[in-house]
Amino acid sequence: MSFPSDSPADPVASGEPLLSVRGLKVHFPVHRGVLLRRVAGHVRAVDGVDLDVARGMTYGLVGESGCGKSTLGKAVLRLVEPTSGTVLFNGADIGGQSPEDMRRLRRHMQMVFQDPLASLNPRQSVESALTEPLRAHGFTGDRSRRVRELLDLVGMPSGAAGRYPHEFSGGQRQRIGIARAIALNPELIIADEPVSALDVSIQAQIVNLLEDLQKELGLTYVVVAHDLAVVRHVSDVIGVMYLGALVEESSSDALYAQPLHPYTIALMSAIPIPDPEVEERRRRILLTGDLPSPMNIPPGCRFHTRCPFRQPTRCADEPPGLREARPGRKVACHWAEEIAAGSIRAAASAHDPTATEVGTPSP
Amino acid sequence: MSLAQMEAVAPEEAGGSLGRDAWRRLRRNPVAIAGAVLVVLFVAVALLAPWLAPYPPDKPVGQVTPTSIPGPSAEHWFGLDDLGRDEFTRVLWGARWSLVIGVVSLLLGMTGGLLLGLLAGAFGGWVDGVVMRLVDMMLSVPGLLFAIGVAAMLGSGLDAVMIAIAVVNMPIFARLLRGQMLAQRGSDYVLAATAVGVRRRRIVLGHILPNSLTSVIVQGTLTLATAIVDAAGLAFLGLSSNDPSIPEWGRMLADTQRYLSSAPLLAVFPGLAIIVAALGFTLLGESLREALDPKYRR
Repeated sequence: MSFPSDSPADPVASGEPLLSVRGLKVHFPVHRGVLLRRVAGHVRAVDGVDLDVARGMTYGLVGESGCGKSTLGKAVLRLVEPTSGTVLFNGADIGGQSPEDMRRLRRHMQMVFQDPLASLNPRQSVESALTEPLRAHGFTGDRSRRVRELLDLVGMPSGAAGRYPHEFSGGQRQRIGIARAIALNPELIIADEPVSALDVSIQAQIVNLLEDLQKELGLTYVVVAHDLAVVRHVSDVIGVMYLGALVEESSSDALYAQPLHPYTIALMSAIPIPDPEVEERRRRILLTGDLPSPMNIPPGCRFHTRCPFRQPTRCADEPPGLREARPGRKVACHWAEEIAAGSIRAAASAHDPTATEVGTPSP
Repeated sequence: MSLAQMEAVAPEEAGGSLGRDAWRRLRRNPVAIAGAVLVVLFVAVALLAPWLAPYPPDKPVGQVTPTSIPGPSAEHWFGLDDLGRDEFTRVLWGARWSLVIGVVSLLLGMTGGLLLGLLAGAFGGWVDGVVMRLVDMMLSVPGLLFAIGVAAMLGSGLDAVMIAIAVVNMPIFARLLRGQMLAQRGSDYVLAATAVGVRRRRIVLGHILPNSLTSVIVQGTLTLATAIVDAAGLAFLGLSSNDPSIPEWGRMLADTQRYLSSAPLLAVFPGLAIIVAALGFTLLGESLREALDPKYRR
């Protein structure tokens, strides 16, 4: 790649995580009143998140619709302005960057969007969409060759260059969106629900494409999704979000083997198991009540209003921090050990008429 | 595709494919065809009036008295007017004046309105607040009344009429463009462009503006129709040029008021001309809207 200032934020010692988020909050003020506008409250979309993403890894971020996972992804790129907290990318604090510095820095951190049609300008040919990032960052090489190279990387014919977004299928459009994201050879890609708008038959192709590109280009991914199967397939580490905060973080395999947080347990219990005998014995944990409003997050543990394992003490008044319950596994629950050991059991709520199933939200 | 050709297809110009789609839908729409036929007729007459008209527009060609104004005949298709001039000739020449007034006032109003809208839409914040309150104030006065006020303030004359109509149309375009730009600004592709590092100015001019312009084109076509009607209205009220030799449809209507009982057709012909011109642009504008609206797009 030939760019005028080809200096990624200094490559630091390889032990450092590529992306490091500390205490990140994104609060949106809610206004009331027509003449006298005043702030009536805040939607706490992201409410204090810490996470580290190691170079070359894939971090999966899961949770229900509205839990703040997409906002978190956008805040990392500063496409939405964080309210507080820090985001370190390659050791550089993105919060202190001027708009122009931020623009330059985004060369190394890119985004793949959920709706591939909406994320492509309808009046822009594929060629123009793919050369735009190159122009913006002063790419000095042969741009049309780079476009063909990118199309080839994402499995599109070079003839696609002259065509327009509406002439393609959903899967092809997402390939174009991915080609645009890798055009600048970024290090980090935030993929915001990259396959949820696609037909199921196409989803696997796009997931495989993302994996191939990761191997080929050494990319680091943060994949935001509500589909547990997709996240499990691609992620090395998974963070589970509930109402703007991480409630559990663990390696993918360990999380699926034994979820520790009651919310994760409930989410997992909604996944069908492809084994009739096991499926027969699978006990679904249904959550009671609605998802609380992110304007009014419950005190204490934010999940206690719906938790089937709720205890009379601590849960309602003492906020559990994300703590290392087992080596390499973080969970925000006071009773994780007891629940894992089976000494605290889920309250029988399967017959509760207000019970709602989690894990199948609409995008 | 060579590098040089690629340079030529910057996104600003790259609207080809969507345009083709719209064009196909437009051609299949009978309403669009009807509108286009009327518009072409109107423009052709306006451009070719000196060659089409059988008589000079400003000289008497027959004998008239206030009590006997000859009606349509083989020599004078629409008859003679109160000063003995050929009515058919004057209606043809009137198209010319209508087109000039309509187009000039539209261009003036659209330019002013788009600049205001661009300012509000691109900067937001207090600039947006100031511009939009100004627009609200202008829109709160009924259009024709406002135009009369402006024209009267500038003193009558063709220039005054054109400026008055332009001023009345300005806030419509300002509000339209600003609203479209706001809608585009929150869209995913703008976010995507920001993410790949496109500069702000280029996002506004290269992405948001072109995607906001389709409805401006539609509004422009529709506004041409109201501009023609408004111009006739102002002329009817005597706010246009005082020069009696200028054949202006609105003024022709006003001049024949006194003879409404003896020669009613003198009011019918310019009236029909106004209707045909306004109808043409309205039908064309509405079908353009239909063809360009993404909701109709397959």
